[in-house]
Amino acid sequence: MLEHYISLLTKAVFVENILLAYFLGMCSFLAISKKVDTSIGLGLAVTFVLTITSPANWAIHHFFLEKGALAWAGFPDVDLSFLNFIVFIAVIAAMVQLVEMILDRFSPILHYNLGIFLPLIAVNCSILGGALFLVERDYNFLESTVFGFGAGLGWFLAIISMAAIRYRLRYSNVPVKLRGLGITMLLTGLLSMAFMAFSGIDL
Amino acid sequence: MALLSKKSQQVLNDPLMNNNPITLQVLGICSALAITVKMDTAVVMTLAVIAVLSVSNTIISILRNLIPSKVRIIVQLAIIASLVILTDQILKAYMYDISKQLSVFVGLIITNCIVMGRAEAFAMQNTPGKSFWDGLGNGLGYGMILIVVSFFRELLGSGSVFGFQVIPDSFYAAGYENMGLMVLSPGAFIILGLIVWVQRIVAKIEEE
Repeated sequence: MLEHYISLLTKAVFVENILLAYFLGMCSFLAISKKVDTSIGLGLAVTFVLTITSPANWAIHHFFLEKGALAWAGFPDVDLSFLNFIVFIAVIAAMVQLVEMILDRFSPILHYNLGIFLPLIAVNCSILGGALFLVERDYNFLESTVFGFGAGLGWFLAIISMAAIRYRLRYSNVPVKLRGLGITMLLTGLLSMAFMAFSGIDL
Repeated sequence: MALLSKKSQQVLNDPLMNNNPITLQVLGICSALAITVKMDTAVVMTLAVIAVLSVSNTIISILRNLIPSKVRIIVQLAIIASLVILTDQILKAYMYDISKQLSVFVGLIITNCIVMGRAEAFAMQNTPGKSFWDGLGNGLGYGMILIVVSFFRELLGSGSVFGFQVIPDSFYAAGYENMGLMVLSPGAFIILGLIVWVQRIVAKIEEE
């Protein structure tokens, strides 16, 4: 049983990296990866929020929106799954707000460091993408928590590697028109190729 | 184009080249790459984004004086999410196969930075008419890149265009092989990187 979760975690972090294999969270990835320390901040915030919102969204989907989920309230035929998108995004926005308030109360230092990134996360595709994937793949509660954590960790790993590469890039002579977005995309391609090597691992 | 005033023309044309949402504003890359393995999915995605973007821009612009600025993000998200649900339901009803291939990426139009970005940067300050053209123009600029990327990926990766084989069998007989890399994710990053390069040379734009 434990093996199943370990394999799910490894898959979410390396083989099916949410950024490098599914392209989710690219916008903030490209904008933030210019600096290493801000990348660490955003990476931590994404991991944190994904780990919390994934099980929350799973529970809401499972107990309220899924076809037949409202049987406990006496409506066995109701299928509200078309509301998935709007409910998920509302849950994510609310969760981000909540996390911000809790952090502010109990860990002001962490809040100070993550502060500016938290609002950005509500519109980071990787969070909504994670929620939609766990519905599509029919995960259970524990699986979705592990998947959320793994996806966040994978994103974290990708953004720090990129920030570190871009840091080194300052000393190299890139063609003028390729600077900025162009070279970053090419590098992301190479990074993604490196991560694909993990798909050989049979779990 | 005589139908349009000069200003709307400019609002419409600008995002196609000089201020392209993907290559210059760096918005909406998330979904741009995932669905470009085949051209037909790219075209459907483009249409979906154009529809959502122009309608959401218009609606947000109509409501711009009524939305309190403190809660504007959530109001914008609610409007966009409702439009995306509508698009998703229409796709499921009329193009079921393609909507299955697009999987979660239709839903991800909600967090596509283009939609939020244009709402925030343009629709909140401009009249509904202009915002509509801005949405349309940005949607087209986005679609243009999507279609170019998917053209190369499908041509090099599967040897076809819109599902029709264009590389003749004699090539394969002579030892030509499809590039498997193009179908996988690194291909998308590399093609987009090269497109950005070419586009910046053509548009004469430099970063920093």
